[in-house]
Amino acid sequence: MKATSDAEIPDAGASGAQARSVTTSGSGGAVLDLAPLSFAGGLRAAGRDVRDGLRLLPLAFALGWLDIRMRYRGSMLGPFWLTISTAVMVAALGFLYATLFHMTLRDYLPFLSLSLVLWSFLSTVISESAGVFVQESRLIQASRMPFSVYACRALIRNALILLHNAAVVVVVLLIFRVVPGDLWLLVPATALWIVDCMAIMLCLGLLGARFRDIPPIVASLIQVFFFITPIIWRPELVGPMRRWLLLDPFYPLLSIMRTPLLGESAGLMVWGAALAHSALLLICASLVFARFRARIAYWI
Amino acid sequence: MSRILVDRLSIDFPVYHADNRTLKRSMAAAVGGRTQKRAGSALIEDDRHRVTVSVLRDIGFSMQDGERLGLIGGNGAGKTTLLRALAGIYEPVSGRVRVEGTIGTLLDTQLGMNMELTGVENVRLRCLFHGLGRRASREVLEDVSQFAGLGDFMAMPVKTYSAGMLVRLAFGLATAITPDVLIMDEWFMAGDITFLAKAEKRLEALVARSDAMVMSSHQPEIMRQWCTRLIWLDNGRIRMDGSTGEVLDAYLAG
Repeated sequence: MKATSDAEIPDAGASGAQARSVTTSGSGGAVLDLAPLSFAGGLRAAGRDVRDGLRLLPLAFALGWLDIRMRYRGSMLGPFWLTISTAVMVAALGFLYATLFHMTLRDYLPFLSLSLVLWSFLSTVISESAGVFVQESRLIQASRMPFSVYACRALIRNALILLHNAAVVVVVLLIFRVVPGDLWLLVPATALWIVDCMAIMLCLGLLGARFRDIPPIVASLIQVFFFITPIIWRPELVGPMRRWLLLDPFYPLLSIMRTPLLGESAGLMVWGAALAHSALLLICASLVFARFRARIAYWI
Repeated sequence: MSRILVDRLSIDFPVYHADNRTLKRSMAAAVGGRTQKRAGSALIEDDRHRVTVSVLRDIGFSMQDGERLGLIGGNGAGKTTLLRALAGIYEPVSGRVRVEGTIGTLLDTQLGMNMELTGVENVRLRCLFHGLGRRASREVLEDVSQFAGLGDFMAMPVKTYSAGMLVRLAFGLATAITPDVLIMDEWFMAGDITFLAKAEKRLEALVARSDAMVMSSHQPEIMRQWCTRLIWLDNGRIRMDGSTGEVLDAYLAG
């Protein structure tokens, strides 16, 4: 354990441009080996980031849960304030728009409650995604952690909020005795939502770290989509224009979640559109994340 | 194979000023607008009109087990950046960093601790981060509480701690889950004398388990006491690399 007085500069065996990153060797434990990556190396490193992030899911879960607990520390009702505000919103909008659209409450309210709860999840995930790395700058600069952990944390936090809001939907569905249809369809729909949300988080989070204009752009786009997507109005209202709605990425995504619960059928076209939009998103997100993942720490 | 290997490592930081960082400007540049040159010694504007600061240039050294390396140098010499590069936070722009074994970092005064959470909650989170089971986590918690000597404060939010208490908790936590390589910035010297004695004992034990340590500090006495080897960084380059006494004498002589 004594001093080594001279610098031992090893012969540089590996060329600097070779693709290398963290690997785990069998005997010696983790080896961190970092060098500039080729694009393929970047893709592999991005995949490892996501995989390591999933392994840390208990941490992300604890962080997400603590986020909610901290937000409502000292509040009597805690996160159930979310449930109450959603209930008030659904009731107020429900009565008003049912009249405006000349629909019965029985037809409209279940649809609206479901739409609003799902949309508030989706819009919060997207608007928070632009800041998902910027806001964690302290943690990111304090130790090396897979970037996907931060995305998982935000996603889990919002999923927990969604579960609190879901109480309103359940009550509305029970009041109006809506009989759900093919509930098994919720499984692939949920899977698609999780994949899409992760992709959005990683991609927009990275872009938001680089370009500080992204958050306001995202915020205003979300507002636009709230009105042009069938959220408070039913898609049937646009009549023959309905096929154009499939170009709006949010419509198929909302529809595949909404229809089984309302006992309706989304149809193959909607599922196809949802899958197509997701595939496009996934490709863009992986390209962006693979190319620039290593730069995030420099940008924040 | 050596524990830590750094080979021709260079790190440049992009600088995004208000007028450089925006989407508008980079789109304008992509479309073919021209940007004016900037002045400044360390600032470099590359062919894609990105302004960068060169923080580390051509760093190369290796470390064996049991070595305790200190980094000295003036402000802005690149000490913290080198520590972060070793911790894998900044991935190299050119060159290579290879660190064998698990890495423990003490870089931030808050160490990624959440100030709103209690000491116990912070310890639990760290255990989750290292993927420890329930039993191992309990052991870590006991060990940290004992070392930090915070008593009932462990159940209080970390934001109510004094700087010294925070350091004790952070140091205890970072050294409880034995890292193979410990990387720390100078801040942890904020503790009082009794703490320093305790910390040194704990650190001795860590290094004795044939692990490596890299730290940075401005204080010569601390360097002399804790390190077996020093690297003197000057303006992002290694000015001198050798035994503690040798480098320190040269450094203090100017």
